[in-house]
Amino acid sequence: MDIQSCVEVRNEWDIVSARQLGRNMAKELGFGSVDQARITTAISELARNIYLYAGRGKICIEPIDQLGRKGLRIVALDNGPGIREIRKVMEDGYTTSGGLGAGLPGVKRLMDEFSIESTVDVGTEISATKWLR
Amino acid sequence: MTAKDALMERYQDLLSVYLKAKTETTLYKGQQFSRKLLEQQISPEDLVSLHIQVMDQLFPDMSEEMRDSFDFLLESMIGYGFAYREHQSLRDKQQQLESEIEVAASMQQTLLLSDVPGFDQLDIGVVSVPAKKMNGDYYNFVKSGNSLSVAVADIIGKGIPAALCMSMIKYAMDSLPEEQMKPHLLLENLNRVVEQNVHSNMFITMFHGVYEPESHKFYYAGAGHEPGFFYHAKEDEFHDLIAKGLVLGVSRTTTYHPYEKMIEVGDMVILLSDGVTECRTSKGFIEREEVVALIRKYMDLPSQKIVENVFQELDRLQGFELRDDFTLIILKRLV
Repeated sequence: MDIQSCVEVRNEWDIVSARQLGRNMAKELGFGSVDQARITTAISELARNIYLYAGRGKICIEPIDQLGRKGLRIVALDNGPGIREIRKVMEDGYTTSGGLGAGLPGVKRLMDEFSIESTVDVGTEISATKWLR
Repeated sequence: MTAKDALMERYQDLLSVYLKAKTETTLYKGQQFSRKLLEQQISPEDLVSLHIQVMDQLFPDMSEEMRDSFDFLLESMIGYGFAYREHQSLRDKQQQLESEIEVAASMQQTLLLSDVPGFDQLDIGVVSVPAKKMNGDYYNFVKSGNSLSVAVADIIGKGIPAALCMSMIKYAMDSLPEEQMKPHLLLENLNRVVEQNVHSNMFITMFHGVYEPESHKFYYAGAGHEPGFFYHAKEDEFHDLIAKGLVLGVSRTTTYHPYEKMIEVGDMVILLSDGVTECRTSKGFIEREEVVALIRKYMDLPSQKIVENVFQELDRLQGFELRDDFTLIILKRLV
């Protein structure tokens, strides 16, 4: 269970696989049902972003243990066009896919930790962590 | 016991009572309870999860389908949770913006506030009320030597951009040399400042006048400003106080025409912004004659009382919703 598991994202079915992977791991780690739902929603959003804007990429899920503090980390990777203005996409209300409250700020709020790195024409890496309480 | 445990216990109590008796009272309590949930920023999916947990405890033998349907419901609520949290974050941001505007508005008040000077020969009344938080109208009194100068300006435009622009005008006026206190020259100077520094889609109208107590003459000039009124006590008549001129900021070479008027005892000079004459009631814009009629109604009172009463009546006519910044100034010659 210590090994990172990844799902390639190329189509909408892969989004479901990524969710399934995340849910299984969240369950195993002992997350409650609300947090399970939050984690899978975060995965959905990140995977959808890959599918919609990068075309392809992958979602990796890994359990983490920092000095006995347990949690789950989602890493979303793609080699897509990258994000020119990260500050903008992190603003509320800025979403091009039209989802209410969704998008990256929503993911950030669902999880406990969030970081994003993006280079134009190279790709984007987003990592989000939820700690077990 | 954590706050969450307390909520859960309370919800369990309410729900079990309701399931037994199904009274409106319990439903009412449930509704009150939801307020408490909102106060504690409990998001929708948390409430659903709370419900599931309580149901699990109350009905340990719940059917599997029922149990699974709750999981489905929980998943479906996550989107609402998303929206709820975004709403909270936007609300926080809005509060922050509002308090920043509040600070800017009070700063503007301090910057632009002009004390009404004590001036033996004139009874002066002023009211200036912004329609929004920041005032795009500006008035200013300056006593220099024996004479008193008065300026009223209005930015075409409202709100924060207008207010920022007004601050610039104030400093431009403050920095003009005193010998340029002749109204038409002052306007020419300001016109150049505005033309150079203000974006071409913003215009400023202004009326400027100087009263000289020795000659009892009022010198004035206008830059596209709403005409004021002149009350001639001897004839007991109101006339328009017209001062023609182009608004500030249109052309660098604009010149302004000097005007003057003899002020006799009991005469009044009434200056205003277009927020006064553009008061809109259900019947449309009010007429200038109606403003005159209101002034006439209160004209035996001290100037400050006149302007306050006129403002109150016009404010009431508009249902206490000012549509434009409102500035009204009255100067009455006493001796």
